Amino acid sequence: MTYIAKPKFHHPGLKKNELGYTHRDYEGKISTLCAGCGHDSITASIIEACYELSIEPHRVAKISGIGCSSKTPDYFLGNSHGFNSVHGRMPSVLTGANLANRDLIYLGVSGDGDSASIGFGQFAHSIRRGVNMTYIVENNGVYGLTKGQFSATADRGSKSKKGVTNTDNAIDLVAIALQLGATFVARSFSGDKTQLVPLIAAAIRHKGASFIDVISPCIAFNNHAGSTKSFDYVREHNDAVNRLDVLVGRDPIAVDYAPGTVQMVEQHDGSKIALRKIDADYDPHDRLGAQTFLAKHAAKGQIVTGLLYVDPDAEDLHEHLNTVETPLNTLEADALCPGSAVLDKINASLR
Amino acid sequence: MPDKKPISSVNDFVVRFANVNGSGSASANEMFARAILRHGVPVSPRNIFPSNIQGLPTWYEVRVTEDGHLGARGGVDMMVAMNPQTWDKDVAGIEPGGYLFYDSTKPMPSTKFRDDITVIGVPLTAITNSTYTDPRQRQLFKNIIYLGSLSALLDMDPKLIEQLIGEQYKGKEKLLSSNVHALHLGRDWALQNLKCPIGLRVKKSDKVGDRIFIEGNSAAALGAVYGGATVCAWYPITPSSSVAEAFTAHCKKYRHDPETGKAKYAIVQGEDELASIGIVIGASWNGARAFTATSGPGISLMTEFIGLSYFAEIPAVIMNIQRAGPSTGMPTRTQQCDIIACAYASHGDTKHVLLFPEDPAEAFEFAAAAFDLAERLQTTIFLMLDLDIGMNHRLCRPLKWDDARQYDRGKVMTEEMLEEGRDFGRYLDVDGDGIPYRTYPGTHPTKGSYFTRGTSRDRYARYSEEGPVYADNMQRLVRKFETAQDLVPRPLQANAERPTKYGVIYFGSTSPAMDEAIGLLEARGHQLDRLRIRAFPFHSSVASFLAEHDFVYVVEQNRDSQLRQLIVNENGIDPVRLVPIVHYDGSPITARFIAKAIGDHQDHLKVTPLRKAVS
Repeated sequence: MTYIAKPKFHHPGLKKNELGYTHRDYEGKISTLCAGCGHDSITASIIEACYELSIEPHRVAKISGIGCSSKTPDYFLGNSHGFNSVHGRMPSVLTGANLANRDLIYLGVSGDGDSASIGFGQFAHSIRRGVNMTYIVENNGVYGLTKGQFSATADRGSKSKKGVTNTDNAIDLVAIALQLGATFVARSFSGDKTQLVPLIAAAIRHKGASFIDVISPCIAFNNHAGSTKSFDYVREHNDAVNRLDVLVGRDPIAVDYAPGTVQMVEQHDGSKIALRKIDADYDPHDRLGAQTFLAKHAAKGQIVTGLLYVDPDAEDLHEHLNTVETPLNTLEADALCPGSAVLDKINASLR
Repeated sequence: MPDKKPISSVNDFVVRFANVNGSGSASANEMFARAILRHGVPVSPRNIFPSNIQGLPTWYEVRVTEDGHLGARGGVDMMVAMNPQTWDKDVAGIEPGGYLFYDSTKPMPSTKFRDDITVIGVPLTAITNSTYTDPRQRQLFKNIIYLGSLSALLDMDPKLIEQLIGEQYKGKEKLLSSNVHALHLGRDWALQNLKCPIGLRVKKSDKVGDRIFIEGNSAAALGAVYGGATVCAWYPITPSSSVAEAFTAHCKKYRHDPETGKAKYAIVQGEDELASIGIVIGASWNGARAFTATSGPGISLMTEFIGLSYFAEIPAVIMNIQRAGPSTGMPTRTQQCDIIACAYASHGDTKHVLLFPEDPAEAFEFAAAAFDLAERLQTTIFLMLDLDIGMNHRLCRPLKWDDARQYDRGKVMTEEMLEEGRDFGRYLDVDGDGIPYRTYPGTHPTKGSYFTRGTSRDRYARYSEEGPVYADNMQRLVRKFETAQDLVPRPLQANAERPTKYGVIYFGSTSPAMDEAIGLLEARGHQLDRLRIRAFPFHSSVASFLAEHDFVYVVEQNRDSQLRQLIVNENGIDPVRLVPIVHYDGSPITARFIAKAIGDHQDHLKVTPLRKAVS
């Protein structure tokens, strides 16, 4: 959230996507986060992904909770409606919004304090229900706005800036999302835009609950020796399982991918994800395998990034509820009200 | 022969059934009440049940009332004592001259009875054991057998009960015939072995008219259907669960697209109350009509979101079916104890709209209206029922709907309006009524989007911590609340036959007891004007009523006289002029209680009853 409006001036020669929008059309206000914050990199990746997908910015609803991460929806898609709700409750607000109008794209932005502590239940249940959304956790393992307390994703044994050692076990949101039945699960690193942009794009195209945990070092309170979420630590321990590209039924978005083992994953809406495996044995359709892979590497102290699991035939909450295709928020009395004749019959049955 | 003359009364008595929870008696007891209705005689039944699934005591009370008094009366004329655990208390509660009906299969010591009542024994267990071998059948049909015996004792027409059984088991011939058989087993035994009828009798009448018999929760749920609610998010809690369950049932019946079979609604059982109200707020923010139903503990959990609804100005409808608090309190007992908690819910300065229906008919009307109000005012609307209305069947006027009625979607700026160049400021008071325009997400590519937040912002929804900007917004919210005064249901006033300087204010489920109490008070010579409050904010007529009377009694069902507090707070009146009349033991307030409390106070004031003055 900022007091400073971004200048509207932009270079007339900026590249446009197929809808005629430039990158500037996907930007928001100027960030007031600390310079160098990983969250701003994630913001840039969201902007890039939406630009590449040629999404109409105003057709996105961006919803967040409370915290540094939850401020970021103000910094992208300035022509979208945003909702900065209350701490940890983004998932329920997003679920309600999605039920009201299934035609919009829903981006849920949260943090580790927001989703792994007070909002742990809402995170779990929105995933469990299969809400059609892209749920991004900007995970830095620390409470930035209140200056440096551990969050629930902070690794056991890691140290705070003040030198305190964390004695609690960490919650791995990716492992939980897999266990709860998320149909798109990924983890990335805020500094790896090459990996993160297509992951976000694929998640947006996925129909169902998409969850991306993005390790996002806190420049102010969690980027020191002893932290397991510092830039240096993550760079040293990052083990990417694959690289991916998104094809949305049009020209492929150019990414740097080398020839080799490629797997095409067809999404529910017909779009395809091309996975380039680094680990030859990795199967992104195997939920159990993903859980095992994740646990195995976690035991080694490694951070697995990439698309860990996807179900191309996923259903969403609207399908579970068998709701009409017409957005519920457009239905009026003629479609909803049974009328006086029916009421007369009801009255008669109550005598 | 008892040493007190047996009560003799036609169409005016109270029967209470004492049962064990889970014994399957509810169906038979409710059929008893409905059978009396079919005689054309009004009834007012009440469930009195524990917070438990099985084993604990439960009572079902039927007030038979040709005069149509629908409040609880107090006292029991006939006790159907089917629970050994509560025997002593049940027998003690019978009015002198009343009747005790019991299972006489096993002999009871004479000390277990009273000399001033008529004891009627029917060997129910012996009859069922000689007829049925299956233990569950023995238990269930025992209830129908005592219903049959009561029909003979009270002179009821068995054909009307058979008709009810026929309706209940339509298409299930085996169940139908076996229930009718059990009914006659009990009836015939009574006719052959007892003096029938007794002093209490049911005589056919025509006092029911076209009124319907419905629970408040079901009526409120139907109001939500008619009011256009498409999203319901809820979490089970007594006594509100049946609202969502009824809404689900109504929607399944009336809200599926005939061609595709798809649902024109979405119902989510949330993981808790916090998620439920969050879903409601998210859906309403996005332009759907949404509601949740809960009770006091749920309101406590929802308050953070309620504050957001108030400050960010997002519509929401909460049906609060009140029960006895605080904390877990008495989950299955009634009170009107969430008035303050709802009126000022959440931190900071807030004020919320409350609606107080008196019966299921108003629950239906107010529920439907709540969605119009929520969207018109862009705030939370509380529909304040309580267990007494919500979970009990009530006689009330038929539900009505005007087919020409369109939903009031409030001030929504459309794509066309934005294209016309209308100035959109999300928190701009364009019309001076404190109500700004909003836009739905996805309306326009470049105009009308804004950021919703619970933090302070200016008229154009831009984040701001400037003091004057914050104060400007808070003042507009006050203006909006003042606007609400003329949009919510107005109080209804009824004046005494003679001019009086005394008044009484009441609301919600107190209404039928109050109506009856007025008659009792008049009989003692006390004249009172009365005002039934139907909503908060209070209409200006409340202040007028207060100004016109020296003393005003405020009758309510909570310890701290919460409505009185609210009236004092909002009207700046001298509290001494408002006399609290409170009832809060968890049972429904009775006319007897009100009449005694007010009458005693009037006497204490040394008021000369008008009757005495005249004579």
